[in-house]
Amino acid sequence: MNQMLKPVPAPDADSRPFWDGCRDYKLMVQCCTECETFRFPPHRFCPHCRSEQREWVEASGKGEVFSWIVVVHPVPREVYAGDVPYVVSLINLDEGVRIVSNIIDCDPHAVEAGMRVEVAFQPARDDIVLPVFRPAKG
Amino acid sequence: MFKLRDKYAIAGIGETAYSKNSGTTVLNLAAEACLKAAWDAGVEIEEIDGLVSYNFGDSVPAIAVATELGIPAAGYAVDFAGGGNAANLITLTAAAAIESGLARNVLCFRAMNGRSGFRLGGGREFEARGITQYTAPFGWITYPQAMAMWCRRHMVEYGTTPEQLGEVAISSRRNAALNERAMQRTPIDMDDYLSSRAIVEPFRLLDICLESDGACAVLVTSADRARDMKHRPVYIMGGAYGGGPNQGEDLFDAIRWPDHSRNYSAYIRDELWGSAGIGPSDIDVAEIYDCFTYSVLMQLEGFGFCGEGEGGPFVESGAIRREGKLPVNTHGGLLSEAYIHGFNHVLEAVRQLRGDAGERQIADAEIALTTAGAMTCGSAMVLRR
Repeated sequence: MNQMLKPVPAPDADSRPFWDGCRDYKLMVQCCTECETFRFPPHRFCPHCRSEQREWVEASGKGEVFSWIVVVHPVPREVYAGDVPYVVSLINLDEGVRIVSNIIDCDPHAVEAGMRVEVAFQPARDDIVLPVFRPAKG
Repeated sequence: MFKLRDKYAIAGIGETAYSKNSGTTVLNLAAEACLKAAWDAGVEIEEIDGLVSYNFGDSVPAIAVATELGIPAAGYAVDFAGGGNAANLITLTAAAAIESGLARNVLCFRAMNGRSGFRLGGGREFEARGITQYTAPFGWITYPQAMAMWCRRHMVEYGTTPEQLGEVAISSRRNAALNERAMQRTPIDMDDYLSSRAIVEPFRLLDICLESDGACAVLVTSADRARDMKHRPVYIMGGAYGGGPNQGEDLFDAIRWPDHSRNYSAYIRDELWGSAGIGPSDIDVAEIYDCFTYSVLMQLEGFGFCGEGEGGPFVESGAIRREGKLPVNTHGGLLSEAYIHGFNHVLEAVRQLRGDAGERQIADAEIALTTAGAMTCGSAMVLRR
């Protein structure tokens, strides 16, 4: 019988530098070297100018809450029962891209739109580190 | 833009019972709904040469149903990979297939054991690959979780309240009470809504649609042929499919969507009304995709029944009730009739336009809107009697 576990990312050709960065506690974002537009998720072509020229840049790790949910009912129950309530958020990074993450170290009901957050790193299983966010200091 | 105004029609409808446990296979459900739609139209099975459906890996291919029904030569037998966004798309595509000569009489269906079999709203063990590697590891997995993010943005932008969402749920349930096929018919009031348990905030249990086993189907043919069939034809006036920029890498992904307080509907409005040659004020009854309460508000705004951000006050005014100025989801919708991925909306629109809706008939309903989709892409259709 398969034991249900939390999903872990399976790095691929595009995403490996992102996940490698997380393991080094760095939030890496892809940037087009032609038009200098940041993009997320990472891919081969720039959706802005279609160039393949790209580089990885360490992001500031700062951003703000765009939207958020508070998961109260765990699905699957056996996997998330110990985590609820937890916050999943769409976060607009200062670099101009949006990513999905959790907001930790914060009362779930104190989260609000525009709240400043900063990255933290949380080891998961299988040699994976997840970038999560907490309220920005100061 | 869809250019086939009034050239094609829905001539037959068919459906199974809606339940939590059909006790049979999805193929049997699909075959039953399709047979009933053909019989309802009065078309011989041998005359059917097209079948179109959509699924999420939770149904049977169109050719399987053609085989099950003994259709001698299925030509346009096509499956779309899609969710509720495709519910009107398949019917529009049937008309396009007939116009092009690929088929003459087309069955469109959606069949699923959505409660006893593959549960869309449930959890699955993910191989977190592709776009999912950036979402699922953070515990963002189910559709209620995906769409709560949209609802929240509407609340942030416009001050939409729980009571306004609740009105959508209450109005749907009121209509379902008049529908013997509806799975949930017990009336609810605002206290029931507000005290229903939180699932994923801002959603309570009563913001979330049902999970259902069942199938429904329609028979699409040319307007000329439809006029010789058993029922008064319901004509396809217009339709549109699509969305805005950054529709995502799958139906869950809306990371790059510009503004989650508005959905696909705002982007296809002009094509929809342009193709039909009418506007929102001409609609007598609207079956609006309601996988969650919020999606009704966003589509009322997107399709122009009220101003942007005014969906909450619009429903609060009683406008979407059966006696209001725009009766919405007269069968109870996905929230209270059944969740057949939006296709049951099409059948209800046909019933209303035929005048066959019994106790819940909207008097003199001549033109109906059906919509499908809640996020980045979707489809809509204008039907008339």
